[in-house]
Amino acid sequence: MGYYAGIDVGSLTADAVLIDEDGKIASYAVLPTGNNSQKAGTEAFEATLAQAGLNEGDVARVVSTGYSRARVREAQGSKTEIACHAKGGLYLFPDVGTIIDIGGQDSKAILVGREGRVINFAMNDKCAAGTGRFLEVMASALDVGLDKMGDLAFESQEELTISSICTVFAESEVVSLISQGKAPADISMAVSRAIARRTTGLAARVGVTDTVVMTGGVAKNRAVVKLLSEDIGHSIKVPDEPQIVGALGAAIIAREGDGG
Amino acid sequence: MTEFKAFSKMKELMTNYYIEAKTTKEKPIAWITSGAPVEFLFAMDIIPIYPENYAAMCAASHQSVELMEAAEQAGFSQDICAYARTDFGADITQGGPAAGLPPPHFLLCSTNICKTVIKWYEVVARKYNVPLFIVDTPFLHEGLNKDLIDYTVTQFRDLEDFLSEFIGRPFDRDRFYEVLALSQEAAEHWRRMLYLGKTVPSPFNSLDSFIHLGPIVTLRGTKECVDYYKLLYEEVAERAEKKIGSIPEERYRVLWDNLPVWFKMRRLERFFEEKKCTLVVTTYANSWGGMSNYQVEEEGDPYELLAASYLDVYINWGFEERIKYLAQLMDEFCLTGFVMHSNRSCKPYSVGMYRLQEEVSKLTARPGVVIEADQNDPRIYSDAQVETRLEAFIESMDSI
Ligand SMILES: Nc1ncnc2c1ncn2[C@@H]1O[C@H](COP(=O)(O)OP(=O)(O)O)[C@@H](O)[C@H]1O
Ligand code: SF4
Repeated sequence: MGYYAGIDVGSLTADAVLIDEDGKIASYAVLPTGNNSQKAGTEAFEATLAQAGLNEGDVARVVSTGYSRARVREAQGSKTEIACHAKGGLYLFPDVGTIIDIGGQDSKAILVGREGRVINFAMNDKCAAGTGRFLEVMASALDVGLDKMGDLAFESQEELTISSICTVFAESEVVSLISQGKAPADISMAVSRAIARRTTGLAARVGVTDTVVMTGGVAKNRAVVKLLSEDIGHSIKVPDEPQIVGALGAAIIAREGDGG
Repeated sequence: MTEFKAFSKMKELMTNYYIEAKTTKEKPIAWITSGAPVEFLFAMDIIPIYPENYAAMCAASHQSVELMEAAEQAGFSQDICAYARTDFGADITQGGPAAGLPPPHFLLCSTNICKTVIKWYEVVARKYNVPLFIVDTPFLHEGLNKDLIDYTVTQFRDLEDFLSEFIGRPFDRDRFYEVLALSQEAAEHWRRMLYLGKTVPSPFNSLDSFIHLGPIVTLRGTKECVDYYKLLYEEVAERAEKKIGSIPEERYRVLWDNLPVWFKMRRLERFFEEKKCTLVVTTYANSWGGMSNYQVEEEGDPYELLAASYLDVYINWGFEERIKYLAQLMDEFCLTGFVMHSNRSCKPYSVGMYRLQEEVSKLTARPGVVIEADQNDPRIYSDAQVETRLEAFIESMDSI
């Protein structure tokens, strides 16, 4: 039986997904990228092989994606995250129309057509405002784990605002809120709101359709998802493992023989 | 870069031009903006020097960063157009190719390209203590009209008086008409060459036209310029005839809006070639196919025609005109999509780009992408960001 793999090396995590001949997910891995993106891609790939009890020789084709897609040694082809999230999103939610993906470096909204084709997409401009990196910086300023930020926000009692969209300025706003003795929960909520608001504009640019799916690491932050859903006035579906959607899409593209 | 025999000719032309400008003892030097009516200068034997062109050369030869840093250290803000900063830096350090520009005797600036140039040239005028003549060409919010033309023509008359007084002899009308004819002829060769891009596959790409732009910007109004573009036209026409494309395989044909990214020319060229995508046409290079391009023998006052041609440039147009023009180019050149360079330096070229993208996409039913970059400042450029957007755009485009 032949297998196909997708490897997504991003700024924070290197993710890999293995699918079998029928397109069923055999295994997946999410590892930190660290400072060697090439090695991280290899490790994620090897982790999926080990989990599925396979060798590299069992994999017929590998497609890479993510910011370091050109540096993935195992891949025979590559595709952008935009194409891969569209494919992966469609696999998980066959009626998907709009995908909102917020990763470490980029946030994007994708309008998905038939067979996972990208009809239109919008991305953040140059700066890191509204991306996952923004959350990472704020979590570290608050000294709260990334995985705790969302839950913490739900304990918020007082409404605070962070007015700057610039990550650097917003960080100093957060620092000054902390020194004013504001509650971390309230600050965390304000941070989530800032991200949600930035992203709403992107979603509006491509259009909100009947089924909206959110992917990428930031989808793990429940507060951002809830606020975003309120802002766009539509419910948002989140896959169990939002971070592997890009790698999953790449694996599907590999299976289709594409990704030249 | 497509290999054109004319290329060496162009290098020779440009080198001679700079050598003459740097060594002349008799001829006065005027610094001039790229969209100013240079014909008046040639009529009076004045050498025009284009700081914008020089700044682009600095960036293309990867020297702009240190020059801009020198300007920033001297107090110029990072928000000023990177051309201005590069030139200020070259002036301060006497660095850059050929160690800076020859000092000006006076300055001629026209606002049809932007309003930055007013302040820029005021700085230069103060530093060198030389006169500055500004031709104010109002923005065409709702197209061209007689009042705007008259307003501009009055300034041309003042310019003649200024020049005649500055040089100390009457303005030479006869020579002026000759120069106009040469200018027109060169612009027409350039325009015809650019329109050969309609051939599929395109015989050249826009990165070629950016490189071959030098003489039409700096030497239009001279005989050498006419000869050069005639040569280039013939060479490109022959390629078009034989259906030789600028890249081995052309699957996508796109428009490029705004200035080039001078310091990324080679990398972007490789990128597009790999993706089998030709940059066929640009609003930028096209601008010099319109300026000065009208029949001198045509009925009507040459001054009015000249005024119209300098007012009626893409970057001086309002939204509706831009949308119409972009959509028309998309059709005429059989394009599959368009790339808009949102240029941090050039605000008048980049403002409203997202709306333009939306409207043109809707009108033509073809995709467009906006990338954030700068024509001269590598410090705000990210290869990965730009290329991811371009790649995703190409993935979403239907091939020809
Ligand atoms: N457990 C988590 N809970 C909430 N947010 C998270 C979690 N893990 C990562 N994130 C967010 O996701 C972002 C990274 O997303 P990811 O899709 O992995 O990006 P990349 O593809 O750039 O590596 C981080 O910047 C962070 O904001
Ligand atoms: S702002 Fe634009 S038009 Fe003005 S000098 Fe700079 S690049 Fe040229």
